[in-house]
Amino acid sequence: MTYNAMTATATMRLSREGGGSGNSQGGRAWQVVIDGSDVGSIANNEIVDLPVDPGHHAVQVTSTRLLRSPKVSLEVADGQVIGLSCRRRPRHPFIVQRSIFLLLVSLFKHDVWISLTPDDTVETDLEADANDNARRREAVPASGSSATAKAINVKEITSAPNLDDKAGPSSIAVHQLTKRFGQRTAFSDVSFEVAYGEVFGFLGPNGAGKTTTVRTLGTLIAPTSGSATVAGIPLSPENQVEIRQRIAIMPEAPGLYLRLTVTENLEYFAGLYGLHNPGPKIEMALEAVNLADRAGDLCGGLSKGLRQRVSLARTLLSDPAVMFLDEPTSGLDPVAAREVHDLIVGLRQRGVTIFLTTHRLDEAEKLCDRVAIMNNTLRTVGTPAGLRDQLFEKSLVVTTVEPVAGPEQLFTSIKGVESWRAEGASSYVLSVSEPRTAAPEVVRGLVNAGADVLTIAETQHSLEDVYLELIAEDVEAHAP
Amino acid sequence: MMGLDATRFRAVVRKELRDFRRKRSIVVTMCILPMLFLVEPVVTIFLVTPSTTGAALQKSFILPLLYLLLIPTIMPSTLAAYSVVGEREQGTLEPLLTTPIRQQEFLLGKATSVMIPTLALSYAVFALFLGATRLFANSVVASAVFHDGPDILALFLLAPLLAGWSIVVGMAVSVRASEARVAQQLATLASFPPVVVIILLAVGVVSPTFLVALAFAAGLLVVDALLLRFVARMFDRERLVTGAKAV
Repeated sequence: MTYNAMTATATMRLSREGGGSGNSQGGRAWQVVIDGSDVGSIANNEIVDLPVDPGHHAVQVTSTRLLRSPKVSLEVADGQVIGLSCRRRPRHPFIVQRSIFLLLVSLFKHDVWISLTPDDTVETDLEADANDNARRREAVPASGSSATAKAINVKEITSAPNLDDKAGPSSIAVHQLTKRFGQRTAFSDVSFEVAYGEVFGFLGPNGAGKTTTVRTLGTLIAPTSGSATVAGIPLSPENQVEIRQRIAIMPEAPGLYLRLTVTENLEYFAGLYGLHNPGPKIEMALEAVNLADRAGDLCGGLSKGLRQRVSLARTLLSDPAVMFLDEPTSGLDPVAAREVHDLIVGLRQRGVTIFLTTHRLDEAEKLCDRVAIMNNTLRTVGTPAGLRDQLFEKSLVVTTVEPVAGPEQLFTSIKGVESWRAEGASSYVLSVSEPRTAAPEVVRGLVNAGADVLTIAETQHSLEDVYLELIAEDVEAHAP
Repeated sequence: MMGLDATRFRAVVRKELRDFRRKRSIVVTMCILPMLFLVEPVVTIFLVTPSTTGAALQKSFILPLLYLLLIPTIMPSTLAAYSVVGEREQGTLEPLLTTPIRQQEFLLGKATSVMIPTLALSYAVFALFLGATRLFANSVVASAVFHDGPDILALFLLAPLLAGWSIVVGMAVSVRASEARVAQQLATLASFPPVVVIILLAVGVVSPTFLVALAFAAGLLVVDALLLRFVARMFDRERLVTGAKAV
C-alpha cells in the first residue's frame, strides 16, 4: 500500500481486526482511501504504516461487502505516528440490525458494519523517545525500592509521559506562588522546581497549604500572585484544559460514584479524558492496582482501601506526565500500601513525575527523590539525606565497658573529632566531619587508651527528625 | 458552545443515565408524577359531551393539553437542582474538575441527561393521552382533537423548551447553592413562570392559539440559550471546590 505524500514526515498506522471470511488471511481486503485517493487495501489482522504529510487528512475504509463505509477526519502533526483501528462491529447497537432486512443484506454484505476509530495505544515517535529515556532510567535502580514485579504492570498501563515541544526544562516550576482566601493566607511566596520523572514529596502539618497548593497547580483554583508551569505548560486560564489533559490528581477522598461499578466509574473518567476504546486501558489499570477481580462490583460495596485503589487506577488512565497523589496510602493495609509504593516507583521509572503529598514520613523517605516541607511558606526543599546533613551535625555514638579516663584529652586528640559530650556514664557522642573516616580513628584511639569499646555507630536521623525540628522551630517562632 | 468535545459530553450523559437507573426511588418518582398528571386531562376529555361544538369544543381539549405541559415543566427541576451541588456533596466534583472537561460540556451533558428522561416520559404520557382519547373518548371529541394538528404540534414543541427552562434554572441554583436540599427547594420555584403562563392561557387572559404558542416557544428558546450561557459563566471551579470565591 502506498500513499503519495509530498514530504511524508508523519505516519498513519492502520490496523484491521476481524471482518469477512473466505480468504487466506481470514477476510476480504478492505480498500483504504485517504483524501479521496485509493491507497490500497488492508487484509485481516494486518498493520500498515502509511507515510503522510503533516496536516489534516480524511481517511475512509470501503468494501463492496460493507453496508456503510466509515470515514474519519484527523490532524497529523510533524513526526507523529497516528493510529487508526478498523474492526468489524460484532453487533450494531440498533435493534434494526437484527431485522429481516439486514439478515438478507448480510447474505451479500458479510462485513455489514465496521468501525474506524483513532487508536490511542499506538506508540508515537515522541512516546518512543520517552520510552527510550525510561528504559535508560530503568538501568539506574531506584533507591530503596523493590519495584521489579510491579514495574512490569506499570509499563503496560502507561505510555510515556504525554509531553510535546511546549514542555519546559522542569516538569513543575513554581515561582513565588501565593494564595489568599480573603484575609486568610493558604500559602505564600512558595518557589520550587520538580524535574521530569522525579518523585517529589510535599510534607507539612494539617492546614499548611499542601492541598491548596496541589489544587492551584492542578488548575482548580487560581493563584493570587506568582507564577508556575505544570507539565511544562505555564499556569494560566487559557492553558487550563491542556494542563489538565497532561496531569492526573488523586484527591485524598476517592470521590467515586457509589451506584456505579468500578469499571463504569473508570469508563466515565476515560471518557472525560477523551479516550476512545478505553476497555484495555481500564483492564490494565485495574490489574496494576490488583482490582481486576472486582471490576464488576458496585463502588458502594467496596471498603475504603479498595475505593482508594480505584481512585489510583483512575489516575493511570490518561498517561499523565505529572501525577499529584494526595495521601495515596491513606486507609490501605500494609500490603496494599506496599503495592502502591511499588506502583509509584514503577511510574517514576517510566518518566512520570510524581508529586506526593503525605503525612507518612517513612513513605516519603522511602519513595521521594526530594521533599519539600511546607507550613504556609516553604520551609525547606532537598533530598532527605541533604536535609539531615543540613539540620543535624554528623556524629558517632561510642559506648565503652567502663567510663573513659580523661575523655577531654583523649577525644580532642583524635583526628576528625570536632567536639564531644558524654551521654550517661560510659556513652559519648562525638561530632565528626566524616563518620566513615573518623570511626576507625576513634576505635584506635580508645583501644590505645586502654578502653574496651562496646559499640560504635553513626547517629541516624530520620526525615521525621528533620520534619519535627523544622515544625518545632515554627511553633517556637509563633509562640507568644 | 465553542469547543464541545463529543466524547466528554457523551461520557457525562451516559454516566448520569446509568446513575438515575440505579436509583430506584428516582425512577419510581419520575414515572409516578407524569401518571398523576395524566388523570385530570383524561377525565376532562371523557366528560365532554357530543353536543359540545365550536369554540367550546376546542377549549375543552386545549385545557387538558395545557395541563399536560406541566409535566415537562415540573418534573426535571429537582434532578437539575441536584446535578452540581449533589456531586459536591458526594465528593465527586473535585476529581471530575481535575479532568479536561470544560464547564460547557459538563453542564450541557448534565442538562441533556435530565432532558432525555423528562422528554421520554412526557411524550409517553402525551401519547397515552392521545391514545386514550382516540380509543375511549366521544368520537366527535376524538375527531376534533386529531384534526387540530397545530395544537398537538405545539404540545410536542413546547415540552422540550419548558423542560429546558426548568433544567437551566435548576442548574443555576445548583451551581450557587451550598446544599442539595436548599437547591431542590429553590428549584421548584423555577417552574412558577411557565406555570403562570399556562394558567393565563387556560383562563383565557391570553388566547391559546398556535401563533401564541409559536411566539412563546421562540421566546423560551432564546431565554433557555441565554440562561445556559449565564449558568456556564456562574460555574466557578474555585468556589465549587473550596467554597470560597476567587480573590
